[in-house]
Amino acid sequence: MTQTIPVTVTVNEKVYQRQVEPRMLFSDFLRHELGLTGTHVGCEHGVCGACTILFEGESARSCLMFAVQADGHQITTVEGLAPSDDNLHPIQQAFWEAHGLQCGYCTPGILMTLVPFLKQNPDPTEDEIRHALSGNLCRCTGYQHIVDAVKLAAEKMK
Amino acid sequence: MKPAPFEYHAPDSLDEALFILHNSAGDAKILAGGQSLVPAMNFRVVQPSVLIDLNRMPELGYVRKENEKLHIGAMTRERHLEFDLPIVKWAPLLHEAAPHIAHPQIRNRGTIGGSIVNADPAAELPVLMLASQARLKARNSSAERWIDARDFFIGMFTTALEPDEILVEIEVPLMPPRTGWSFLEVAPRAGDYAMMGVAVLVTLDEAGTCQAAKLVYLNAGDGPVDAQEAAQLLQGEAVSEELIDSASERASGTEINPFGNIHASVEYQRHLAKVLTKKALKIAIERAAEER
Repeated sequence: MTQTIPVTVTVNEKVYQRQVEPRMLFSDFLRHELGLTGTHVGCEHGVCGACTILFEGESARSCLMFAVQADGHQITTVEGLAPSDDNLHPIQQAFWEAHGLQCGYCTPGILMTLVPFLKQNPDPTEDEIRHALSGNLCRCTGYQHIVDAVKLAAEKMK
Repeated sequence: MKPAPFEYHAPDSLDEALFILHNSAGDAKILAGGQSLVPAMNFRVVQPSVLIDLNRMPELGYVRKENEKLHIGAMTRERHLEFDLPIVKWAPLLHEAAPHIAHPQIRNRGTIGGSIVNADPAAELPVLMLASQARLKARNSSAERWIDARDFFIGMFTTALEPDEILVEIEVPLMPPRTGWSFLEVAPRAGDYAMMGVAVLVTLDEAGTCQAAKLVYLNAGDGPVDAQEAAQLLQGEAVSEELIDSASERASGTEINPFGNIHASVEYQRHLAKVLTKKALKIAIERAAEER
């Protein structure tokens, strides 16, 4: 008999309850149990950054946590960024305007990395931006337009 | 699902965790921050039958200064090394090394105790423990004991902890007066495993003579490597460019034992060790002299 455990978690201010096996990764929980497929899964061992979410407001890899560990916690995923269907978050808007994405696979993880980064560091240098992005892999852009987008986002959020 | 099935426990207290561990020692793994264990479980390299998650018990997350020592709870997140004021003020070596430990997303979850117990030869925290001459407190369900950092790391991913013990606290002595510090490493990209790294502490007397030195290397052997001969060369001598050169030569040439990998040959690792040691010693000596 497989052990399952009840999980109650608040994702993007909405409360969800599910019963899951303890070995289910939180990234798979978001995608398969909650249908929130904005969180992408790349390497599944903490290197690529595609699955980055906010755990109690701080960036974390959702592939390096079990869903049961999120029980009782507040989570934000990329779906929680835009204030409405017609309006993007300023960081998303900046990525749109500065062509900060091509295929878009890495984008949700990068956005979730940048939300706390720009909160802590509202006026970053290019060096600081590149450092902040070092935990997120992008195989399309060569990063230049991502860096431009972060600069633009910082401007917009002033 | 990626990891193999396991029985999951998330105890509310350390006593309960130790009780569960006692009853399942050998088959159980402790889940701290999970930033090394979960990847290993995702690859099924590690398949514990019991997982004991320490994240539900708040009692092991703290930093406090008592009697010239800094006490750090084993579940304190690595992120605290960057921002926690007692660490910034009283353990500047740990603070300086913090940004080199993976990425902020990892440091937000990863714990200080977890990295120490994982004992990865390429990790920063085991090196910092050895360099700071820290003591590590282990507990099992009936007793506790202190282990000196130099006795704790006994091999690659291997520590002196018994299967029924949990690391609960790290005790870092404050640096003596006129002590300078430096941590330097070279990695292919920010946040990657370093090809070579060194932590240095130097204590000078009032005349500028070296009273004590500590040089500890990462990715330079099957655990953190303490270059004691190089430290001996420095001890009791007036610091000079030649002295720094000969200590760097000794440590990088014969004391470390790097294995080489696809990013760096053994020769290149030794070269990096030499260059980093010179730089780190200069920085540490300068800082020690400023305190005079």
